Amino acid sequence: MASLITCPHCGTRPKEEFSIRGAAAPKRPAPAAKDEVWHRYVYVRDNPKGRVLEYWHHVAGCRRWLVVDRDNFTHEVFGVMDASDFERVRGVE
Amino acid sequence: MRYSALSILKQALSGNRLWQPAWREPQPKPHYDVIIVGGGGHGLSTAYYLAKEFGITNVAVIEKGYIGSGNVGRNTTIIRSNYLLEGNNPFYEFSLKLWEGLERDFNYNAMVSQRGIVNLFHSDGQRDDYARRGNGMRMHGVDAELLDREQVRKMMPYLNFDHARFPILGGLYQKRAGTVRHDAVAWGYARGADQRGVDIIQHCEVTGIRRENGLVVGVETTKGFIGCNKLALAAAGNTTTVGRMADLDLPIETHVLQAFVSEGLKPVIDHVITYGAGHFYISQSDKGGLVFGAEIDFYSSYAQRGNLQTVEHTMEEGVSLIPGLSRAKVLRSWGGVMDMSMDGSPIIDRTPVDNLYLNCGWCYGGFKATPASGFCFAHLIAKNETHHVSRFMRLDRFERGYMIDEAGKGPQPNLH
Amino acid sequence: MTSYRLGLGGEINRAQSLSFTFDGRAFKGFEGDTLSSALLANDQMLMARSFKYHRPRGVVTAGSAEPNALMTIGAGVRSKPNVRATVVELYNGLVAASQNRWPSLKHDVASINDYLSPFLGAGFYYKTFMWPALFWEKLYEPLIRRAAGLGKIVMQADPDRYEKSWAHCDLLVIGAGPAGLMAALAAGRAGARVILADEGFRFGGSLLSENAVIGGVRAPDFAAGLVEELATLPNVTLMPRTTVFGWYDDMVFGAVERVQKHLALPSPDLPVERLWRIVAKRAILAAGAEERPLVFGGNDKPGVMTAGAVRTYLNRYGVAVGGKVAVFTSGGSGYRTAADLVGSGVDVAAIIDTRSQSSDPVPQGVRVIRGGSVIATSGRHRIDGLIFERSGFEEVIGCDALAMSGGWSPIVHLMCQRGAKPVWSDDRQAFLAPDVGAAFVAAGSAAGHSSLGDCLKDGAVKAHAALEALGRLVGRLDVPEVEGEYDSAFAPLWYVPGAKDKAFVDFQNDVHVGDLGLAQREGFGHIEHTKRYTTAGMATDQGKLGNVNTAGIVAGMRGVSPAEIGTTTFRPFYTPVSFGVLAGTARAEHAAPVRTSPLHGWAKKNGATFVESGLWYRSAWFAREGEKAWRESVDREVLNVRENTGLCDVSTLGKVEIFGKGAAEFLDRVYSNGFLKLPVGKARYGLMLREDGIVFDDGTTSRLSDYHYVMTTTTAYAAEVLSHLEFAAQTFWPELDVRFVSSTNQWAQMSVAGPKARIVMSRIVQDDISDAAFPFLAAGEVTLRGGLRGRLFRISFSGELAYELAVPAGYGEAVADAIMEAGREEGICAYGVEAMNVLRIEKGHVTHAELEGRTTADDVGLGRLMAMQKPDFIGKRLSTRFGLTAADRLQLVGLKPVEADKEIKAGAHLLREQAKPSLANDQGFVSSACFSPTLGHFVALAMLKSGRERFGERIMVWDGLRGAEVLVEVCPPVFIDPQNAKLHL
Repeated sequence: MASLITCPHCGTRPKEEFSIRGAAAPKRPAPAAKDEVWHRYVYVRDNPKGRVLEYWHHVAGCRRWLVVDRDNFTHEVFGVMDASDFERVRGVE
Repeated sequence: MRYSALSILKQALSGNRLWQPAWREPQPKPHYDVIIVGGGGHGLSTAYYLAKEFGITNVAVIEKGYIGSGNVGRNTTIIRSNYLLEGNNPFYEFSLKLWEGLERDFNYNAMVSQRGIVNLFHSDGQRDDYARRGNGMRMHGVDAELLDREQVRKMMPYLNFDHARFPILGGLYQKRAGTVRHDAVAWGYARGADQRGVDIIQHCEVTGIRRENGLVVGVETTKGFIGCNKLALAAAGNTTTVGRMADLDLPIETHVLQAFVSEGLKPVIDHVITYGAGHFYISQSDKGGLVFGAEIDFYSSYAQRGNLQTVEHTMEEGVSLIPGLSRAKVLRSWGGVMDMSMDGSPIIDRTPVDNLYLNCGWCYGGFKATPASGFCFAHLIAKNETHHVSRFMRLDRFERGYMIDEAGKGPQPNLH
Repeated sequence: MTSYRLGLGGEINRAQSLSFTFDGRAFKGFEGDTLSSALLANDQMLMARSFKYHRPRGVVTAGSAEPNALMTIGAGVRSKPNVRATVVELYNGLVAASQNRWPSLKHDVASINDYLSPFLGAGFYYKTFMWPALFWEKLYEPLIRRAAGLGKIVMQADPDRYEKSWAHCDLLVIGAGPAGLMAALAAGRAGARVILADEGFRFGGSLLSENAVIGGVRAPDFAAGLVEELATLPNVTLMPRTTVFGWYDDMVFGAVERVQKHLALPSPDLPVERLWRIVAKRAILAAGAEERPLVFGGNDKPGVMTAGAVRTYLNRYGVAVGGKVAVFTSGGSGYRTAADLVGSGVDVAAIIDTRSQSSDPVPQGVRVIRGGSVIATSGRHRIDGLIFERSGFEEVIGCDALAMSGGWSPIVHLMCQRGAKPVWSDDRQAFLAPDVGAAFVAAGSAAGHSSLGDCLKDGAVKAHAALEALGRLVGRLDVPEVEGEYDSAFAPLWYVPGAKDKAFVDFQNDVHVGDLGLAQREGFGHIEHTKRYTTAGMATDQGKLGNVNTAGIVAGMRGVSPAEIGTTTFRPFYTPVSFGVLAGTARAEHAAPVRTSPLHGWAKKNGATFVESGLWYRSAWFAREGEKAWRESVDREVLNVRENTGLCDVSTLGKVEIFGKGAAEFLDRVYSNGFLKLPVGKARYGLMLREDGIVFDDGTTSRLSDYHYVMTTTTAYAAEVLSHLEFAAQTFWPELDVRFVSSTNQWAQMSVAGPKARIVMSRIVQDDISDAAFPFLAAGEVTLRGGLRGRLFRISFSGELAYELAVPAGYGEAVADAIMEAGREEGICAYGVEAMNVLRIEKGHVTHAELEGRTTADDVGLGRLMAMQKPDFIGKRLSTRFGLTAADRLQLVGLKPVEADKEIKAGAHLLREQAKPSLANDQGFVSSACFSPTLGHFVALAMLKSGRERFGERIMVWDGLRGAEVLVEVCPPVFIDPQNAKLHL
């Protein structure tokens, strides 16, 4: 990944068009969730070595937030999806 | 074997054939008082201070590769204590004081070179920030000077004063800051620890942490099970991987930071310089190479290599700051994996498991901390109480709302 | 005569003579020469000094692996240090100078180090220089620094240009030797988009140096024929003088093209170097193989070089490296070299073969010593003889050059840059390229092939495989027959025993076998430890010649296979790359983009002094005639705003248009204060938090219609806020109907502030803007006199009656001019960000000086904006943590000096009166400070422990850094109009 990202909207684009936020696995809890859940959401990271989901933002393109499915050791990218789609799928699960 | 000019003379006369190994290569014992996971700078210094300061010598340092194979041998060698926050400043000053006496302490010349650091500023707001920082340093007795543009120009006439996009207005100067020969730090601590009885076990990977009745009793390794009374983790970028073996939830994300060295050049840069309009920093080694770096690559990564875009960005900042670099050639780039914490500051603390201790979250500032990190971690392990200069570096500070956010960037690790 | 130009032969243009100088002496060479071949042609064998012992050195190679012959090329601001003479294309007027020697290359004082070498072994410096404590920095280190380093760099701006480009191809072929040319041709004929890159200035690689006949023509002519055809193919891009230096993720390769490095005076219309980011679907590494030096006593003397280099100088450049050349070899390369030398009429003193038998053809009349070992060489500035040993007997041979061959190492560097390690082959006695997947493969000698015929064939085969994968395979390329090949097989001998002098493995860094042994004895056995302790492989050649020998020697010392030792890590850059080309055009004033406000021109003609503010240039103040110091202008502007009115350009504030039925709900969730009930036509101040409960940014948001809002952000955080909004909308609440677009650049926005603002603005705006019709916090579209539509907001940062008027950017200057004209009688002035800062400090408004990423809403007195009754807003949940609500937190206060003439500076800290400065006594800091012309003394905003309980207390402003202490009184942070009467005028 780290050189080129295939944006689902714009096609393959160089890394410098994107900004990276971090892990996409933590899901924003319900407002009434317990303190512990909120703490984990904001501060605790699984941080596995290997396959991760990560939020990337196509700032110099379509300005959509994307979820990049990638290996953080080999830097191979398995897929990129629009973050809204990702959240919808995750919401259903 | 004690190192000195005399020892070099004597050995030379016998054809340099009688030098002894700097450390032993022992087989692991079945059980230790303390096992330290990670034979990097922090793990080795912890072992050294455990033995030297706290009399605990039945200690093993377990390293999956060769000692010093992690960030202690991959950084840009800068030491300094010019921190803003109360949670950091006394700790790093303690570290700098340890650096100042280190070589005679462990009888190894790590070439601690206090050539001074200048953090350049390029706006009034940045000047005010540095003034606040410098005053904080002075309040703690740390040396700090605020240089104006002309003072900086006198010290570093080669900086871009005439055609800069972001003009240099001045700099915060810490004279006692400098550089150290990084590999030698690992070797010096290893040798010092070994001489005091610590077993340094290389090429031994921890594959599991064994617990009984909620307490850690030892580690499974590629060389078999090794028992211990206390287990201390100092695994930097691999902290999460090791911590998971004991079900630790950690505020850590692993990132890659690249570093660079140029071809050897006759001395041109005497100080350590940081660019205030970017993240570029540079110094020149005694061998003549310009040693420099800038930002992380921003995506999470366990690969010790980075991306071309970051390389280019680093050079852009370098040439913008020091136009003369344009004709120099960069020789090599490499990457280190960083345990980026959620507030940019480290953790030296107990864990929810009683005899499991944690040292992590150094982001890309761990090298300068090596002596104090080891000292404070050893203090914690030996006495089961926090050393006063590391008292803010707690694991539960996020839950309590006592972050040490030096950059003020909040809970996004790649911004620190 | 020692080294000299042959009367005939070589791939040089003898009709074109070129003049150049080396260390001030004038020489001549030919077009097609490298600097090193031209120097050798002029019998200049001594070219450099080594790094540590300052031993005299010549060339060892004829290519990019050269560790010795580093020179400074060019003069003045165009001088470039550490250039390998072996890859410098000779040009007329070239100026070269040797490095790291004093007073001269021939007489180098520091060569005394060589005699002290027993004391200067690997890592000696770690063991000494520790006493007395102060001597390291005062004495030892300065001496070491001065002695170390190679060339000198001129620390002045570079006059040359550089640029960067992307390139895309189906197949990238790296290296245009036999395998690379064939691969490129196979793919080119098949119609694939091919890039063929080679570091040399002429395509052909080893074909230019070899005496073979291919398909009936001489090897160089065969190469030329292929290149000729490739040049006719529109789908093939030929990139000579281009080094592929790095392999990055996603098949992106970094390459540097030396566009004008071979010209004395580069054209200003072209870059001197160009950085290429090549995106390749497939790539073939055809970088060839490096010939290994043999490691024997005295193997570093000038005149000792690889056998292949001797052949290259002979066949390609028509240069005999000596009048009487000895050969020391472990394989066929030495014999071939001897044959070529004899064929060109050069004396061969002897072939000393490390093997006891071989079937290599011996040239007529040449003595062969089988099972022999060179154990020492003689001569200082040039080899003049050698001692070899065989079966216990030693013999001296006279020679003025020595060709050595220790076998071949495939050049696999690029394929090992992304984590894969090279793989030891017992069969080839070499480290071969790892399997990194089908997209990137090695071909030819880089893949371990040794014969020329096999390399040609392998190039075609690898190209065919790539084409097949790309779905482009159409027919296969025929590979021509090769005549006159030699057998390049060898029997590796890592270290020639019995050395009577140092036997070097790393020439530049002066690492010899003794150092490797010492490292093993001292426990630095891991190859990375060996490298770091001895510095083997850390010189500018990054161990291209030495690393495999080091691995082999260490393996021998430890009694294991080189497979167990492995290599150190291969990393970019394959060869060193200039900062200049990696930086490209982003330097000096162009280091970052420039953003200017639509009112930049207006500000300029009104006399603005500009200040950098992120990427923006903002007007800082507007000096009038007679005003000497900036403070005079700022004081005047402030007073004029307070008394009359002023116009300030606020176009740089971030502006975000927000649309959608869910916009109200969305705003209510991203701001800590309530936004659901904001009516159309109203503006509201909003506070935005991060999820950790800390203040992120602030600004106003106005409701222009039911489903259309416009948000303003701070200048500094405009981009971050937009990203934050988009993130929240797209990931937290994708179900909300809300959309954003930045309109920062689309609007010119002006703040007209001061008691006379309404008079002035009513001359501009057609609508009724009386307090009754357009009260404080009113917002909406208005029509300007003349018909232009704009947006008007009754908001105030200064604390005065104020209007912010936004008009389409292109109209900005005209409208600003009109306002200035309309306000002339009222004494309107332009004011800049400095005055604005004073005005806001006087009014107690916070900026990012206070909102510094660690402050809560309550810290800055905005606790009332935490609408905790809302079910959710970003930052709500974590804002209640103990540490964020503790009573001893720093809180925003005002400060005024007890003695009115004392200055307060931002960045100072706060102490209780009489308290000694210490962290324990630290009470906070001054966040913003200025001289208040309105009040006639300095005022400041500060963050003070439990500050709001301490109004009236006297404390010390401690500025040890600037040597100042000022006694101040703590006061509420609003210095003017605390009742906000002025806002409602």
